[in-house]
Amino acid sequence: MMSIDLSRRALLLNSGLAVATAAAMASGLAIIDPQAAWALTTKTIDQETAAGLLAMSRVLYPHANLSDVYYGKVVEALDAGASADAAFAAMLRDGVAKLGAPYGVPFHRLSAGSRLEAVTAAQGSEFFEALRSTTVWTLYSNPQVWPLFGYQGSSVEYGGYLERGFDDIAWLPKE
Amino acid sequence: MAKFELGNGNVVVIIGSGAGGGTLASELASKGVDIVVLEAGKRYTIADFKNDDLSMFNLISWLDPMSQSGDIAKHRPTPLWTCKTVGGTTVHWAGNCPRFQPHEFKARTTYGDVPGASLIDWPLSYEDILPYYEKAEAKMGISGRGGRPHLPGNNNFKVMAAGAKRVGYRRVHTGYMAINSVPYDGRPACRQIGFCMQACAIGAKWSTLYTEIPKAEATGRCEVRPESTALNINHDDGGRVTGVVYADAAGTMHEQKARIVAVAGNAVATPMLLLQSESGKYPKGLANSTDQVGRYYMRHTTGSVFGIMPGPVYWNRGTQMAGLIEDEAGHDPSRGFGGGYHLETIPLGFAVFGAVMMPGAWGETYARDIEKYTRFAGMWICGEDLPQTKNRITRDTTKKDRFGLAIPHVHYDDHVNDKRMRNHAFSQGRAIYESLGAEKVYEATPFASGHNMGSCRMSQRPEDGVCNKWGQTHEIANLFISDGSQFSTSAAPNPTLTIVALAIRQADYIANQMATRTI
Repeated sequence: MMSIDLSRRALLLNSGLAVATAAAMASGLAIIDPQAAWALTTKTIDQETAAGLLAMSRVLYPHANLSDVYYGKVVEALDAGASADAAFAAMLRDGVAKLGAPYGVPFHRLSAGSRLEAVTAAQGSEFFEALRSTTVWTLYSNPQVWPLFGYQGSSVEYGGYLERGFDDIAWLPKE
Repeated sequence: MAKFELGNGNVVVIIGSGAGGGTLASELASKGVDIVVLEAGKRYTIADFKNDDLSMFNLISWLDPMSQSGDIAKHRPTPLWTCKTVGGTTVHWAGNCPRFQPHEFKARTTYGDVPGASLIDWPLSYEDILPYYEKAEAKMGISGRGGRPHLPGNNNFKVMAAGAKRVGYRRVHTGYMAINSVPYDGRPACRQIGFCMQACAIGAKWSTLYTEIPKAEATGRCEVRPESTALNINHDDGGRVTGVVYADAAGTMHEQKARIVAVAGNAVATPMLLLQSESGKYPKGLANSTDQVGRYYMRHTTGSVFGIMPGPVYWNRGTQMAGLIEDEAGHDPSRGFGGGYHLETIPLGFAVFGAVMMPGAWGETYARDIEKYTRFAGMWICGEDLPQTKNRITRDTTKKDRFGLAIPHVHYDDHVNDKRMRNHAFSQGRAIYESLGAEKVYEATPFASGHNMGSCRMSQRPEDGVCNKWGQTHEIANLFISDGSQFSTSAAPNPTLTIVALAIRQADYIANQMATRTI
């Protein structure tokens, strides 16, 4: 039951993500995004698979206001899992290859319509669920994305919301 | 702080330090009884608590392996959301403390012979427990009781209340909360921080961790041993329990001798300990000659309704569950089901929002809704579920834990009454948000369960349950059930107030029985 392990892993990995990323940066492959001047570095996952995983995570939870750097964190979490588990690494590689195979084009080079079609076809597979659960847990638990969605995070250091709008709703009907 | 010898057989050993065990410890210690509390989890302080969903989940949750089946089979990573730490589930609970209604103690009489359910009346009445509700409310400083003011309503409450008024509800307020509306018992008033279920970072919410446990220790009669996992309860030839075998943090086994053993490990660990304490004399486990241990596991009929409202709500701000609709709590068979339910406010932190709101959901539409986070309002359904003999905790002998013991297996299916109630509540919750112009309403399936009850229930007759109206097992006079496992039926209200009231009542009984040397 990979889905159980992954949910747990995703939960547990989040806190250690920075450490894992730092370790991966020391040696490994890199996808360079020249526009964003940003590099995704993986230790175990090959470049084409990494590009496919990044593209798939964006198909699963697409947000125009999030740059690839945040979806890259999902790939880094998957890479940490793949580094610890060869079977998991193989599943990711095969899963990405299978997404693009019917089109004769690597998944990350597919058109947006074909990407959605390919991901939809993968629904129900262990690979799909691994990607979906890792993305949903990793993407939104990253405090750096919270302000982009209006979430304010920890409040105790500001004295909570007692004097900062816990009851400031203004649009409710008077009656 | 007291320290007792392992061979001291005069102590009462309490297994678990949550609402049941922690309260029983402080009550008995204050009456001069020597107590050893064995707690499986670690001991933290308020300074360890962060306003962070995931790190707090990982710090305090009970994540020991268990298997599951039935309608809860899909819950990941665990079918339960309880705590493994000193203070137990009172560390993460939301603080709702409604009393049970009088008719809920007479479920079999009131609801009749419901096919597929194993309903019984409680062996005690509302009148029996009423004085203990009052003591529990004073102990916990319940807001909205005892002359203490209700908490102020946050934005999420104001949305629910405005919609509730439009659909005709009358009994709508910010609840009876074990969260201070004014400073009480040395703890501060709530600051509307918004992370109640991630452990209150200022101690405004009652938890045995920083109320009952230190009070018990201050008597000089209570020793709390964290990271001490109870594995087996021993007994003598005469059928009295004599001590508890436990593993310490290093995995070293000890036996603490005991005059009385009280089990309060929540509704999975409590029956598991009895079942795994099998012996030649008790081959099916302790207090289980009538095969009742582990049965009638209940977890409330739950679900959530989330509305995307026309304007900003910021549901993350303020006391999470200080919002209560009581209008549907009564028994009204014209709705098509027995028993009733409450609607309570609930927010989701953004870190878990996408994963937890609609488990498994993905894609463009869902992502657009996630982007409307600040406009979400939410309510949680908490209703009575019916006891069923097949809903039970058993030992999964195909898998072993780190001590080589079979892990728990949790089976739970909804009764058709539960499904009808949930359907009604979804419709009502939807109507509340739509009355205010919600652009979309989600009806969300139950979360992993925080309310776990009934697996060692109290009953008049030994063939219907495990313990009597004092929580004393029918079979073994010096073995007690001291947590929500003893509930005969679940009732609609959140369980903690009733667990605390029963623990105070049980302490009176145990102290009297010890004084008269009956046990």
